[in-house]
Amino acid sequence: MYDVIIIGAGITGTLIAHSLSRYDLKVALLEKESDVAFGASGANSAIVHSGHDPKEGSLKAVYNLRGNRMYRDVCEDLKVAYRQIGAFVVATSEEEEEKLDTLIDNCIRRQIPYEVLSGDELRSREKNLSDDVTKGLSLPTTGIITPWEVCMAATEEFVMNGGDLCLETEVQAIEKKEDHFLVSTNRGTMEGKIVINCAGVYADKIAGMLGIHRYTITPRKGEYYILDHTGEKYVDTVIYPIPTVKGKGVLAVPTIHGNVLLGPTSDPMEDKDSVSTGDGLDAVSREIHKTMKNIPMNKIIHTFAGLRPVSDSGDFIIGEDEDVKDFIHVAGIQSPGLTSAPAIAEDIRDIVLGKLKPEKKKEFKRREAPVIMAYMSDEEKDELVKRDPDYGKLICRCEKISKGEIRDCIRRPAGARDVKGVKRRCRPGMGRCQGGFCEVEVVKILAEELGKDLNEISAAGGDSRILVAEAKEDL
Amino acid sequence: MREVELAIIGGGSAGMAAARGAYENGVKDILIIERAKEYGGILEQCIHNGFGLHTFHEELSGPAYAEKYYGLIKDIPGIRFEYESAVMNIGDDNVLTVQNQEGYEKIKAKAVILSTGSRERSAGAIGLRGDRPQGVYTAGTAQQYLNKEGFLVGKRVFVLGSGDIGLIMARRMTLEGAEVVGVAELMPYSNGLARNIKQCLEDFDIPLYLSHTVKAIHGKKRLESISLIAVDENRKEIPGSEQIIPVDCLLLSVGLIPENELIEDLGIEMDGRTKGSVVDSNYMTTREGIFACGNALHVHDLVDYVSEEGYKCGRAAADYIHNGKETQEKNKSVLHKGISYMVPQYFYKGKDIEFMFRVTGIYKNAKIHVWGEGFDKHLPQLSLVPSEMVKIRLRKEDLEHVNGEIHWEVEE
Repeated sequence: MYDVIIIGAGITGTLIAHSLSRYDLKVALLEKESDVAFGASGANSAIVHSGHDPKEGSLKAVYNLRGNRMYRDVCEDLKVAYRQIGAFVVATSEEEEEKLDTLIDNCIRRQIPYEVLSGDELRSREKNLSDDVTKGLSLPTTGIITPWEVCMAATEEFVMNGGDLCLETEVQAIEKKEDHFLVSTNRGTMEGKIVINCAGVYADKIAGMLGIHRYTITPRKGEYYILDHTGEKYVDTVIYPIPTVKGKGVLAVPTIHGNVLLGPTSDPMEDKDSVSTGDGLDAVSREIHKTMKNIPMNKIIHTFAGLRPVSDSGDFIIGEDEDVKDFIHVAGIQSPGLTSAPAIAEDIRDIVLGKLKPEKKKEFKRREAPVIMAYMSDEEKDELVKRDPDYGKLICRCEKISKGEIRDCIRRPAGARDVKGVKRRCRPGMGRCQGGFCEVEVVKILAEELGKDLNEISAAGGDSRILVAEAKEDL
Repeated sequence: MREVELAIIGGGSAGMAAARGAYENGVKDILIIERAKEYGGILEQCIHNGFGLHTFHEELSGPAYAEKYYGLIKDIPGIRFEYESAVMNIGDDNVLTVQNQEGYEKIKAKAVILSTGSRERSAGAIGLRGDRPQGVYTAGTAQQYLNKEGFLVGKRVFVLGSGDIGLIMARRMTLEGAEVVGVAELMPYSNGLARNIKQCLEDFDIPLYLSHTVKAIHGKKRLESISLIAVDENRKEIPGSEQIIPVDCLLLSVGLIPENELIEDLGIEMDGRTKGSVVDSNYMTTREGIFACGNALHVHDLVDYVSEEGYKCGRAAADYIHNGKETQEKNKSVLHKGISYMVPQYFYKGKDIEFMFRVTGIYKNAKIHVWGEGFDKHLPQLSLVPSEMVKIRLRKEDLEHVNGEIHWEVEE
């Protein structure tokens, strides 16, 4: 019998699991995909927003602000990257300038540091801002992270401290018994005293399994371009247009690794699974010209789409269900969901602690910071290679990743088990050649480390095996 | 700090030829830094033949060509290979930072040759639309999986792009038991060598869809189908001309891009059309002491030309090491109608110069018109197509009176 079963290993699920793993609780984290952060948490703008734009009185406003103030410490604690690069919200007309006033009011009320700048002042700081920008708001407490990195680090410590990570486990039915839940999955049934619904675009489906139909979640797709990080830096601050009802708009966002994201769009979908790209990319190309100029379209190396889980109320749905005791909703976690997650996790943890009153663990095991050669000096690299020659074998030349780093990310607790897992943990395949040269080598290392044949290695779990047949098999 | 006379980055066909050229012109301390376990570069995965017709008067497979060329340099003590070593950075004074399994070291060279080859354009770079299933590969990656590891990445294959790699892989996959259902080419003419169209497509009854592209890909975890669509003369999709073709694999052969990561941050002048560096007739870039040749300079069709270019580059690097840089002013090539790019972009007088370039369209019975102060030549060509590189040699005498520039155009 688990004390807590968490459904969905996205940003909220993994951070909740992580906080609970500090206590003497038996916790299961269920995820239907082959790795954590496969849903919205793995495909977003990666921004820790300042809290300037959610509607006053909404849960989003409260949690965004709290989360923003926690993030630096959360990342330092998990040993993952966080950069407070700041943001500009830019107006390109008088009408838009008026909307800036609402945002300024929010900042004052919420005590968010801000500065009003003229178009020229903005352009002196970011030279690729459009000439149409007349005025803007600087939001220095805006940060950026690598979202799946946060999820993976949290999951690693969860597992190191006794948590049960159940990947490729899809919940099919939930039954409420007298004082616990019976959760049926494709891998068997389990019992838990408390169930926390962090299922993203499927949160309504999960709630529906208990007859709860309080909300519907509509997936809203956002498509993005990714620019390569070589050559001159295109932008070094998060650039927001003036927000509209549809959302924050098409942004230019630097990433932790020096890439730039252009996007997202915001299109409601019927299909909860489709992350295809197409028309949205055209919209991004058009819209980005409003705020930026000299867009280096020839540096595009990748595109992706994410599905935001949007609730009908447009706000987060957080808390224990009114009727079904011990079933906790964490739903509708669209922007500013990523930013809000650490604060949400605190509150959910408190609900669980209030109910079960567990002891705090005497020892909480911490993850070791990964070896990242890109951050080391030449002398440090030399020493490292002499200690362990695998760090001297270059596998991904675009991102300069060694065999040692790849091997490490497979060996870690809750480590990589497929190509996408390696890619997201240490970056081979994220550079200009997009895995053209290194994917084969990564597959070979995975096979070696996992004791499998080459053709058993998948790209991203499920039926995504890379090597379909042996040569001449069908002849 | 270790010092060498000449450091060659990349031991593929261009690098090996450059080593030979430098050695035969008097440099006796040559280090070839190669990141793979073996020499040969991309040749190692090109097991089809067609290599070496000019160089060795034989038709060899890629690995055989590499081995034969290696045979010309392997017993030369002045030419050393360092394998599994990657140049991470080129610093001031031509100091290279090299990473290998012994450590991280710095090597200073009097001259550096970049023979780092090229990479393939990816799905992301062409904005391939649709779902995100597994099953889309660049042709070269599929080639690596098949020829080096022995596995097929699909059983029912479609190829986007009629570049040589795509055509070769269409045939390869067929020979190993896959069904290749077609090749789509955006342009109204093919991008590959004529002999590959014949030997890889026609001989295997694989249809070539000119003026077509892949509009989108479909599938959840695995590729299930593609939408093939026709395009008009402006390469815009023609609505209603879509057809769904069920496949489990899409190979992309949509262009090669010279790999110049190492020099891009050094402020070296690059040519926007070749995507390689701007060089003079000594294959030297705009940074003194750094030279480039092979696919890293501009994408080639024939390895024999790569070897020729590498050899000339090596010789020129040797001249530089012994005599320093050129003192005369350089002259440039100005390009007009029909010429896509020119290598070298600049040249010096006093020698015959071999120019290599591509044209922008298909021309039958056209002439290459090249002129400058004191000369005017109209050189008839049998056929000119973008997919086949053209070589024109201008003699020292032709160029004697040139005054800063020469001009090129296609004359119909």
